[in-house]
Parts: sequence; structure tokens; C-alpha cells
Amino acid sequence: MTDRILTVRMEAHPSDSHTIDRYVKTGGYKALRKALKKMKPEAVAAEVNASNIRGRGGAGFPMGVKWGFLGAAEPRYLVVNCDESEPGTFNDRQLVERDPHQLLEGIAISSYALGISRAFIYVRGEYARGARRLQRAIDEAKEAGYLGEDILSSGFSLDVTIHLGGGAYICGEETALLNSLEGRRGEPRLKPPFPAIAGLYAKPTIVNNVESISNVPWITLNGGLAYADIGPDRSAGTKMLSISGHINKPGNHEIVMGMTWRELIYDIGGGIRDGNELKAWIPGGASSPWFVPDKHLDTRVELDEVGANGSMIGAGAVVVMDETTNVVAAAHSIVRFFAHESCGQCTPCREGTSWMEDILARIMDGRGRPEDIDLLMDVSDNISPGLSWPPAMTTICPLGPSATAPVASIVRYFRDEIEAMMPNKEAANA
Amino acid sequence: MTAAANWEAGRRERAKTMLGAYPDRRSAIMPLLYLASLEYGHVTEQAMTDVAELVGVTPAQVQSVASFYTMFKREEVGKYLVSVCTSISCHLLGGDAVIDAVEDATGVERGRTGDDGTFSVERAECIGACGGAPAVQVNYETVEGLTPDKAKALVKWLADSQPEVVLADEMQQLFGGVRSFDWGPLESEGPVAAVPAFGPFGSAKEGR
Ligand SMILES: Cc1cc2nc3c(=O)[nH]c(=O)nc-3n(C[C@H](O)[C@H](O)[C@H](O)COP(=O)(O)O)c2cc1C
Ligand code: SF4
Ligand code: FES
Repeated sequence: MTDRILTVRMEAHPSDSHTIDRYVKTGGYKALRKALKKMKPEAVAAEVNASNIRGRGGAGFPMGVKWGFLGAAEPRYLVVNCDESEPGTFNDRQLVERDPHQLLEGIAISSYALGISRAFIYVRGEYARGARRLQRAIDEAKEAGYLGEDILSSGFSLDVTIHLGGGAYICGEETALLNSLEGRRGEPRLKPPFPAIAGLYAKPTIVNNVESISNVPWITLNGGLAYADIGPDRSAGTKMLSISGHINKPGNHEIVMGMTWRELIYDIGGGIRDGNELKAWIPGGASSPWFVPDKHLDTRVELDEVGANGSMIGAGAVVVMDETTNVVAAAHSIVRFFAHESCGQCTPCREGTSWMEDILARIMDGRGRPEDIDLLMDVSDNISPGLSWPPAMTTICPLGPSATAPVASIVRYFRDEIEAMMPNKEAANA
Repeated sequence: MTAAANWEAGRRERAKTMLGAYPDRRSAIMPLLYLASLEYGHVTEQAMTDVAELVGVTPAQVQSVASFYTMFKREEVGKYLVSVCTSISCHLLGGDAVIDAVEDATGVERGRTGDDGTFSVERAECIGACGGAPAVQVNYETVEGLTPDKAKALVKWLADSQPEVVLADEMQQLFGGVRSFDWGPLESEGPVAAVPAFGPFGSAKEGR
């Protein structure tokens, strides 16, 4: 059974996996040829639907279902999301730097399936190296007839343009991304309408993540059912997890979901650095509520199971924290991130994130006030009422609610440590 | 005639290409802002006016866009912009000590540019190098697996050798450590300014 799809070529051919020569020699663009020569667009879309692949950008929405919502108006657009900025995440970076043609072939097949002739790749500005590799790959693919006019003499044409971001995490949110691509401030739009109906320039638009689209060549070549067969039912296929923090083997690990967190952290990740004890981990990037060994080590790495346990796999960033971790400082780093990246449209997010950052900063500095823990929970509750999972929203996008994840997590699991950081009362009164 | 007509010839050509690259000219605002920062050193009032004229919107509209994004620098930037990540994975592995070391070695506080214009220092949010934490970027080229000492050595090297083109691979070989993944073959392209080195509208040049 297949256990890796996306990283096979780059591992076998580290020196040239990004070139068109190597790509074609290792079976690349065969899937595109198959789609264009032997399949109707609807048949390609049907394979993607049958694969049960769920979006890899964070929300886990079934890709085939989203494609089914695409409006009929013309023109339509495909926008690939390579804004990857969630702290802890670096798998899309590896995919675009090391195997850009895999993504481009996925874009070409997806566009054919969806009746699209114009695609954009939104690459975060800090990924200049990835953008260069991608641009070179686009030029090579055009030259070889895999992109551009009348691809492989099929009559199908596709133009792919890279748009470089400007350093704003919020542009990873799909409607903010579309605004940014239109030359506007990257502020999320109210939904509905969803991009599939009214997206880029108010035209029907599919937004998919780099990793999602990179799977399309394999699915086209091997069939949707073969993909659906990999891994557990509702977590089909492989997932690239970015593992970082206090771990012996940091890096991107392409796995089949369904293993336990214990297996992931201790076998795949090689265990905790310096033989230390595991204290907590973030299962799905800065936005996700934390897990702790007592409760979660033997639960499974599976989209729905992680959801049922009150968190998410998100974009696949696992951040491991050992016993030496100051959890207040860690939460502060994450909350500061969200405060910095809030677009400012919604008051609870704009004000709440900065307020939480200030409170955590003073606790860290030993200037915490007795009411601060309650205050943190109040502010969190104001951004995300009830602090339920999935979070309730008073805001336009999920960024605000995300900022409550680290705060609620440390109060839930490490309240005693926060209290221990409070200045002691006698000293304060003296 | 617009002020952009006075831009360096190559840039005028690239501006034209950018304006034609999208279904709607307005989409060219961001790439043009990068081009304009190369022309003027950073996003000056004039830069925004030029971009507005090229696109056919008001300068206020361009300003509203420019002010949203951290990579459009509206104040002078040094020859080398050192961005130190202190987001969670870097924080856990010593990113805070790295930024202290960079401030120390450059004599420039975070958020500032030194008087002689060599360095700007900033605290960055996650730059997608968490597997090689702590990480920094110099003019948006990544170096992974730093320590405070190696970061100081990197700064000293930049100050002493003043490379015209900043190459990620060169910096990584000299000063880097653990990487998020195998980067593949060495690259000879890099930026000549604190503007991303992306061919069509960035600061990309071939290096040594
Ligand atoms: C604050 C925020 C940031 C996001 N950042 C990204 C990102 O960097 N990359 C990404 O693919 N999706 C990101 N998303 C999810 C996108 O909105 C969107 O769901 C996704 O790109 C769809 O692609 P997929 O279905 O293939 O996952 C983000 C969402 C939010 C709310
Ligand atoms: S929740 Fe925050 S980031 Fe999202 S739209 Fe509102 S203010 Fe902007
Ligand atoms: S947290 Fe520093 S590079 Fe991601």
C-alpha cells in the first residue's frame, strides 16, 4: 500500500527533483496527458471527488465537494494558496521549492477539470526562493508544452501567474487572499458569497492549498478510489506534517493518518530532545488548542478524532514542548503573533488579542494581577463565546477565535504554573 | 508624462509587463510597489504616486494598500534587512536570544535602521523555517539553525564583506545549522536590496 505520494521524488533525487527533466523522467506530466487525452473534465473531477481528499490548508473541507460548488459564470479562476504563514508550518515551502512541477501538473489537471484557463499562485512574499523555483518551473513547463496555449495539442490552454504577497498572515484566509490578489488590503470578506460563486473579481473561483493540489496528479493517474483506500475513512491519503520544537527529528514527515500521537512524536519524530519529558504539543499550528500527554498521547492523528478531542490538525504543524517550557511565554509568543496579524476589522479580535498579549506579558514579567487569569478567560470568551470547539464566532474570520486557543489551553492544563508566576501577596503588600 | 517614465528603463518594462499580467490592472499594485521600492529605496510618497498613476487609481488608494503589508517599507531600510523569527518554534529554541545577539552585533534595535544605512533589524513572525529554528532572513533569504554566536558571526560577515547579492546557500553554509529540509542544489540567485528576489518584479540578481 502506498504510504508516500508527495515526497517520493524529492527524496530519491535530492539534486534535481525540481527540474522538468527529472520530473518527466520519473513519470511526471503523465497524469496530465492521461486527463487531456483520455478523460472528460467531469471524469477528472469525479476522480478527485472519489478520492475523499480533504483540503490541506487548514479547514479540511472535502475538495471534490468544493469543486462541485463552482459557479457557471465565466471566466472562472483557480487560485492556489501558498501563503503558508501559520507558525509551525513549512510543508508548502518544501513542496514548491523541491517539486514545483508536481504542483503545476496538479494545477493544469485541476483547471482542465474545472473549465478554467487562468490560474494564480499566491506565494507569501518571504518565500522568494520558492517563487523563483516555481517561476522557473512555469517557464520550463510552457516551453515543453505543458502550460500555455493548446497544451499537448488538446485545445486546452492555461496561463499561470505567481502573485507575491506582502507579509501578512491574514492573506492566507481565502477571501483576504482574493482581496490581496485584486490589489486591495488583505481583509477577509463576509461569507457568503463563497469564492466558488463570487471570488476573484467577483467571478467563480476555487481556492485550494498547495498540498491539496499537489495530490491531484497521483489521484488522476491512480484513480480516486486508490487514494481513498490510503488511511482511515475520513482522513484519506497522506498528510505532510511539519514537526518542530523540542523534538529530535524536526522536519516535514509525510504520513498516513491513523497512527497515535505517541507513535508520531516518539517514532516518526524521534522523541523529545535531550531525553526530556514531553509537556504539551500543539497538534495543528498556532491556531489549534494544545494537547497534553496524560489525555492525548494515545489518541489518533486523524482529522475527525482530533476534532472530537477539541483541537484540529489544521495545516499540519505539530509543535512539541518539553518540560523546560515556560507555557506563559509560549502562549505569549502565539498571542502576540495573532495580535500582530489581526487585520483590525472586528473589535473583539483587534482589541482582544492585544489585551491578552499585554496580560500575558505582565504575568511573564512577574507583574501579574490576581484577577488576570479570569480576565484572560473573559477576553477569550468575548472573542469566542463559550470557548467551545469548533469555536463560536463573533468575528468575520476565524483568526480572532484562534488567538484564544493557547490562552484557554494554558489555563486549562497549567493553571498552577500561571498562578506560581504571580507575585506573592505578602511581598506585594510589604 | 508620469513620474514613472523616469524609472530605470528595465523597471519601466517590467512595470508594463506587470500591468498586463492580470485581468484587472489594479492587481498590479503590489508587484508595482515592490518595483517602486527598488527605484526609490523604499515606498516613498513619490513611489505611491507613481504606482497610482500607472494603475489608474488615487494615491490614497495605493497608500491604503501599502500600509497594510509589512514588506512594503515606508521608511528607509538598510542594505541588509535582518528579520529574526520569534514565533513559537523559534521562541522555543532560542529565537529571543538570537534577536538580542543581532541587535548587539549590528548596534541596531529591532524596528530600526542604523545610521550608516547598513542594517535594519526587525522581529519577524514565522518565516516557514520552523524545522530549522531558530531562523532568520536577510533580505528575505532564509538561514536556518542559528545560535546567538552564529547570528553575530553572520552579521559581522555581512558588515565586513558587504555582499552585493545575498545568497541563502552561502549564508547557510557559513553560519547555518539544522534545516527544515534538504534544500537541494545551491542557487546563485539572490536579492540586491530588502525587496524579495523574485524575477519578474523583485530584486533578483545572479551572485558569485
Ligand atoms: C487566518 C487564516 C489563515 C489561513 N492561512 C492559510 C494558508 O496560509 N494556506 C492555506 O492553504 N490555507 C490557509 N487558510 C485556509 C484558507 O482560508 C482556505 O480554507 C484554504 O486555502 C482552502 O484550501 P484547501 O481546501 O485546499 O485546504 C487560512 C485560514 C484562515 C482563517
Ligand atoms: S477576526 Fe480578526 S483577522 Fe479576522 S476579519 Fe476580524 S479583525 Fe480581521
Ligand atoms: S516559528 Fe520561526 S520559522 Fe516558523
